[in-house]
Amino acid sequence: MEKAALQEALAILLPGSVADATGEWLQLQVAPEAWQQAAIVLRNDPSLLFDFLFCVTCIDWKTQLTMVYHLRSTVSGHTLVVKINLPRDRPQLYSVSGIWRTAEFNEREAFEMFGVDFLQHPDLRLLILPDGWEGRFPMRKDFEDPVNMIKL
Amino acid sequence: MFEELGTTEDGDLIINIGPQHPATHGVLHLVVTLQGETIKKVEPHLGYIHRSIEKMCESLSYRQFIYVTSRMDYLSSHINNHACALCVEKGLGVEVPPRAQYIRVLVDELTRIASHELWWGAMAMDLGAFTPFFHAFRERENINDIMEETCGARLTMNYIVPGGVMADIHPRFCERVKNFIALFKSKIDEYDDLVTGNIIFQNRMKGVGMLSAADAISYGCTGPTARGSGVSCDVRKLFPYEIYSGIRFSEVLECGGDSFSRYLVRMRELRESVQILEQLIDNVPAGDYQVKTKAVLKLPKGEFYQRVETARGEFGVYIVSEGGSTPYRIKFRSPGFANLSALHHMAKGGKLGDLVATMGTLDLVIPDIDR
Amino acid sequence: MTTEPSIPPDFPGQIKETAGGGIVLSKLDELVNWARSNSLWPLTFATSCCGIEMMAVASSRYDFARFGFEVARATPRQADVIIIAGTIVNKMAPVLKRLYDQMADPKYVIAMGACAISGGPFFYNTYSVVKGADHIIPVDVYIPGCPPRPEALLHALITLQDKIKSGLTREQLKTGNP
Repeated sequence: MEKAALQEALAILLPGSVADATGEWLQLQVAPEAWQQAAIVLRNDPSLLFDFLFCVTCIDWKTQLTMVYHLRSTVSGHTLVVKINLPRDRPQLYSVSGIWRTAEFNEREAFEMFGVDFLQHPDLRLLILPDGWEGRFPMRKDFEDPVNMIKL
Repeated sequence: MFEELGTTEDGDLIINIGPQHPATHGVLHLVVTLQGETIKKVEPHLGYIHRSIEKMCESLSYRQFIYVTSRMDYLSSHINNHACALCVEKGLGVEVPPRAQYIRVLVDELTRIASHELWWGAMAMDLGAFTPFFHAFRERENINDIMEETCGARLTMNYIVPGGVMADIHPRFCERVKNFIALFKSKIDEYDDLVTGNIIFQNRMKGVGMLSAADAISYGCTGPTARGSGVSCDVRKLFPYEIYSGIRFSEVLECGGDSFSRYLVRMRELRESVQILEQLIDNVPAGDYQVKTKAVLKLPKGEFYQRVETARGEFGVYIVSEGGSTPYRIKFRSPGFANLSALHHMAKGGKLGDLVATMGTLDLVIPDIDR
Repeated sequence: MTTEPSIPPDFPGQIKETAGGGIVLSKLDELVNWARSNSLWPLTFATSCCGIEMMAVASSRYDFARFGFEVARATPRQADVIIIAGTIVNKMAPVLKRLYDQMADPKYVIAMGACAISGGPFFYNTYSVVKGADHIIPVDVYIPGCPPRPEALLHALITLQDKIKSGLTREQLKTGNP
């Protein structure tokens, strides 16, 4: 499916979202509260069928956090980038681990590294960091660790 | 750390496998819940080699960060470097000369062979056969010699840089690769004779660690793990980079979904890689091995994503640039991370002894998972 | 007719032939150290890249079995020497300490590669890497390199043997007075 056709289809199926076709792939801005519903549509709608979530990234913009989901359809081969902006002080987002199973681990990583709270996640706890790290988010830009971190 | 020991209220036994365990190929920690000998739950605990590479890369320049990625998936170091170089080149809008493209693909495929060989030896050792390990390393040393002559390193190469490759290939490179191809073709048959046809080996692998195609997609599995379940996901075929679109090779697919299928995919991939090498080795074009780039690279503001096929699956580099000389945020989509997340699903309901066979065919490299 | 048993050149002591056998003249300490140094069982402890080079040393071409290291053990309780092959991070540090504690005396440590020496390429801007394994356990031999060549590991193993044979402590070796 071409980028323009995908954009048209998304405009009808997800009217609240904002699409941006300037990049390599089509980018879709989704509101945090609409994400759970949008994910179901993206995964199950027969014209979209984004069944393969291949990359989950969180970016700290110092003023806000952005969750980036890279989706691909193994049926039609098209790719979509979904972005969700979250407030930095209380980032909350519905988990999509029930829709794409790979999201379970990726969301746990985003939880411990950036402090994004995934609602309805089956098992939200530390995956990589050692016990006792709760409350500090090392991948955030303002993270300081004078003991372990030697600055260049 | 190891408080999760003992028995649960239902009388299930909880055991820790790792972080120091020979079958985990590194420092993976699995908490396994067992009922008798049957696995009820496998829970991976990561981070025993979490070196915060993504955080480090935020303060390294676009030339510097590539060397760290060699140490991430060290068995596919060339291919990791390749992905990063391609991503930076995409941001710069640089076209790489054809000679460099050929060299890159050649060393990529040599790396893939070396990686699969190590996997083959180590996996057979997990299942109790020690001899394959020596056979695999015997041939792997030949690749290491070729790499050493050209790149100056045996394992962590840092040979592929933005704009091409760091230095031209050694004058004897093509001759030695040809010698290696001739030698290796007979050795693959030897590997098959030694292990693949072995009835004990087959009995331990067949029907173990089942993963359906739908589950493989849902768990984000890629590489031989997904191709063993019949999911077409070879980045070299689906989204060809460099000169892969012009090379004749087939994507290896097996539909069994069990450990033996994943094993067969890798063994057949060895032959495909040899075929790619054969096509390229006589046709390396003359010309520059590197295009001139600025000393300090600056990517324009924006986002760049590049995926390549490593020996373990789809490796992605996602660079978010703010226009400076260092990435604002960099994310590595590592194939092992997604493949490992499917381990619980694959091992559940099986026997504890089969967990080793399942894990062996996932070909996990732990620093690649933890980053 | 029995063949004459050959005496290894590095055997610490003299053998006096007598009728019906022989007498060994030596110091017990030296004999014990000599025996110890020629049968060191390494622990298969590898966290990252250096582990692959360690596997290369164990396998066909380099083959550290030639020097008495052939029995690589997966459990620390049966191992004599731990080769720290790879980066040690904060989460791994207590595990490494526990492994070292579980090893039976006498035990030896080889720090293989830049990461185990100082944190190596992961020294700056990382919050999780231990800057050198000697912050956790004492190290006998350091091998530079990223990763070191197999020959370098073999050299380190032979250096460790020499150290054991000398019977000197680290301080004695440093100051030069036994």
